[in-house]
Amino acid sequence: MSAAPWTIAGIHAALQAKKVSAREIASGFYAEIDRRNPELNAYLTLSHERAYSQADRVDAAVARGEKLPSLAGVPVAIKDVISTSGIRTTCGSKILESYIPPYDATAVARLENAGAVILGKTNCDEFAMGSSNENSAYGAVRNPVALDRVPGGSSGGSAAAVAAGLAVVALGTDTGGSIRQPAACCGIPGLMPTYGRVSRYGLIAFASSLDRIGPFAANIADTAAVMAVIAGHDENDSTSAAASVPPYDVEIEGPIRGLRIGVPEEYFGEGIDSEVKEKVLTAIALMEKLGCHRIPLKMPHTEYAIATYYIIATAEASSNLARYDGVRYGLRVPGATLLDMYRKTRERGFGPEVKRRLMLGTYVLSSGYYDAYYLRAQKVRSLIARDFSAAFQKVDAILTPTAPTPAFRLGEKTSDPLQMYLADIYTVTGDLAGIPGISIPCGKTKAQLPVGLQILGPHFSESRILQLALAFEKAGGFGI
Amino acid sequence: MTISRDDVSRVAELAYLELTPDEAEMYRGQLDEILNYVGKLQQLDLTNVVPMTQMSFATGETVSPLPASNQEVGTPLRDDIVHPCTVANAVLSQAPDAIKPFFRVPKVIER
Repeated sequence: MSAAPWTIAGIHAALQAKKVSAREIASGFYAEIDRRNPELNAYLTLSHERAYSQADRVDAAVARGEKLPSLAGVPVAIKDVISTSGIRTTCGSKILESYIPPYDATAVARLENAGAVILGKTNCDEFAMGSSNENSAYGAVRNPVALDRVPGGSSGGSAAAVAAGLAVVALGTDTGGSIRQPAACCGIPGLMPTYGRVSRYGLIAFASSLDRIGPFAANIADTAAVMAVIAGHDENDSTSAAASVPPYDVEIEGPIRGLRIGVPEEYFGEGIDSEVKEKVLTAIALMEKLGCHRIPLKMPHTEYAIATYYIIATAEASSNLARYDGVRYGLRVPGATLLDMYRKTRERGFGPEVKRRLMLGTYVLSSGYYDAYYLRAQKVRSLIARDFSAAFQKVDAILTPTAPTPAFRLGEKTSDPLQMYLADIYTVTGDLAGIPGISIPCGKTKAQLPVGLQILGPHFSESRILQLALAFEKAGGFGI
Repeated sequence: MTISRDDVSRVAELAYLELTPDEAEMYRGQLDEILNYVGKLQQLDLTNVVPMTQMSFATGETVSPLPASNQEVGTPLRDDIVHPCTVANAVLSQAPDAIKPFFRVPKVIER
């Protein structure tokens, strides 16, 4: 049984026609994972027992002739910052090396209730802090498209797993670009939903005003099918929105003719790779050919987004990660006093990027610096959000590159944290404004590296974003 | 230079991190570069700009036009009803050192 290329619709049809069982699909994927993962390092933990018992439940439902739920038998991978009951969840950190959550994240429970088969947990930058997956305490992930390159980050394992056919869909998280940028690097779609659209109950927090859960898939129909399952209010997450969930899988077929697409000049300036620029402009021209109206935009606060983001995200992280102190879970390094134990535990348990961000976040919140950094960043965040509000008075969606360059080489940016941060220059804006965005493939460079097109929309406009993405996919845009 | 060795030591102390002298010097250089970069926010005139303290769809700062079909976008509070919570055993089973129903830590009070 070959693992790839399955789609959700293909699995549904094959199960119903009894051409294959859910157990056979799962074992096919595990065989492929055994073959490829030693090289890719996309998975950190495999959950065979849970996967096969779920597959058997699906097969029993097939045998009884029941109507199958939408994701029945679909093999999924879960980023290792999302809690899974009984399955080790490390956050890519030594400090949680043997942590086993006592409950499931809502997104995971919803996937499983819809019949999905959880294959395992995917590698990521430690506590989702990184743009290359090289900050994982369990080693870097290789990009399946080009093995000497990074898969992007922080959800690099999830993106690599889907791109390599080691899962049909995967969950990732996006705080500054961590779904869209790896999707671009690996050449697959990756959607960051509106803030509040998908429950974060069970997501281990990095920066709470930014963190979101969203799907990776190989195509837009599958992306929409996963969104239809994981979106919606959850009383266990007080930041989850009450807004009703539209039938994404139906609405994506809607027309795009006449939609106004904004192209902000600030996303095509200094620092962009010339081939990336050319591919994205070609993609925008294709959208025009499909009936969209191109409207030039100015978004003047874009250049302040990275600075704003790294102040706000690190400040929130310094508070959220205070919980790792060796008392309640995870690593404990003994110390003579309580404080000594805290310090030794955190010194040994956290990697260099996490320490760097905790110090930056602590600094910008500390007495004497709060107004100059943190308060100022919150104000600039308002201006960035206002740029988007103003733009969405004039346009229905905004098209930009996802990242300024294609996937870079392993080790290329590890010694220069600031250069690494700039990999998120086109994605952090959407996080700061709370709006949804998707990265979809729009061809490859001469070196055969994927390029990502980013589509941003107003709050709760996932259907429209997916409509544009689907029309682009159908027109052959992924391969231009 | 924006951040000194002493600043790094003070911040590490506040963040409960124990740095070696080499680490402290490495972080000082890196944090200095990052702080100089984020210092570009000082260029902006922010008079009368309201800080965005959290993502909320009820404030004017964050709202963007919504599809007419979907205006109900608040984040409702749940009813104030007590539910039983019987997770103590599961939680304590993950503790590095527990004597039910307590987490055990080094002595805090000297006498």
